[in-house]
Amino acid sequence: MAFDYDKYIRPGKLPHIWCPGCGHGIVMKGLIRAMDSLNMKKEETAIVSGIGCASRLPGYMDCCTLHTAHGRAAAFATGVKMAKPEMNVILVGGDGDGTAIGGNHFIHACRRNIDMTYIIMNNYIYGMTGGQFSPCTPTGAKASTTPYGNPDPGFDIAKLAIGAGATFVARGTAYHATQIDKLIAEAIQHKGFSVVEILDDCPTTYGRRNKYRSVVEMMNRLKEVAVPVKAAEKMTAEQLEGKVLTGVLHKVEQPEYCEQYAKVLQRAQAAK
Amino acid sequence: MEKKLPTIEIIEKYCKGCHICVEFCPTKVLEMQGFVVAVKNLEACIKCMQCELRCPDFAIKVTP
Repeated sequence: MAFDYDKYIRPGKLPHIWCPGCGHGIVMKGLIRAMDSLNMKKEETAIVSGIGCASRLPGYMDCCTLHTAHGRAAAFATGVKMAKPEMNVILVGGDGDGTAIGGNHFIHACRRNIDMTYIIMNNYIYGMTGGQFSPCTPTGAKASTTPYGNPDPGFDIAKLAIGAGATFVARGTAYHATQIDKLIAEAIQHKGFSVVEILDDCPTTYGRRNKYRSVVEMMNRLKEVAVPVKAAEKMTAEQLEGKVLTGVLHKVEQPEYCEQYAKVLQRAQAAK
Repeated sequence: MEKKLPTIEIIEKYCKGCHICVEFCPTKVLEMQGFVVAVKNLEACIKCMQCELRCPDFAIKVTP
């Protein structure tokens, strides 16, 4: 039998609003396959998002879902996790939502190491609001607000997450569809704050301004820049110029926030 | 022995015509017919499922 995606999709919600060729649908399929491989129950899974194209994802998922304020997915999700620590909390969002408007929430969620999974779909641009440059837009790339090329260097989300203290950081691309579900499943199983960055394509607002003639060309670019972590170990610095590492980039065990907080509660109650 | 052919179901109302499945099919089973995708050569299908995996619009279902 073909894989049954409908199991986790709200009836009657498809087709989705994403543009033709947008990779968000591929990431959503990866998330569904990951949830299915872990036999996750819909009523025990909360999917939280902010605002943006990628943040429309919870609307299609037949789970406990929250569509919150711009950039504030991590704050709302922390509330859900603290109130119901037994729930699986998954955050989804784009690069603008996660690293610009929600940048502060993102780094502090990483630092806290609360047991959640953050899936960031990095399409290098603010898609929904009209193609403004985001902190992940590469140097020289054109956006509606940088018509002569972006002077800023782009963020490396994985390095930002590692620096801020996330205990699991992985990266995949929308082209490498079979890898997405494995990375997400490993991230969900990890105890602590896990970040999965998926490099994505935005043909509508990024592609057409940056001389990508088709969706297929954007997908091929993702294929060319991605280098698996193990393969990169054997490559020289020159060979790695302009490439992006994919796979599990960082994994450590650290005390988890909900457990630490429960201990504080015990101490406070014993002191009475 | 006769080769067992897979079933490729295309949900036309979901397809947005992005060409991803057509381009990345290694044996060129699919083609565009107007704005939506259609099966051209089912015999060539090697059941790699790449079209289903990469379809962003949930429009292709392959039963091997």
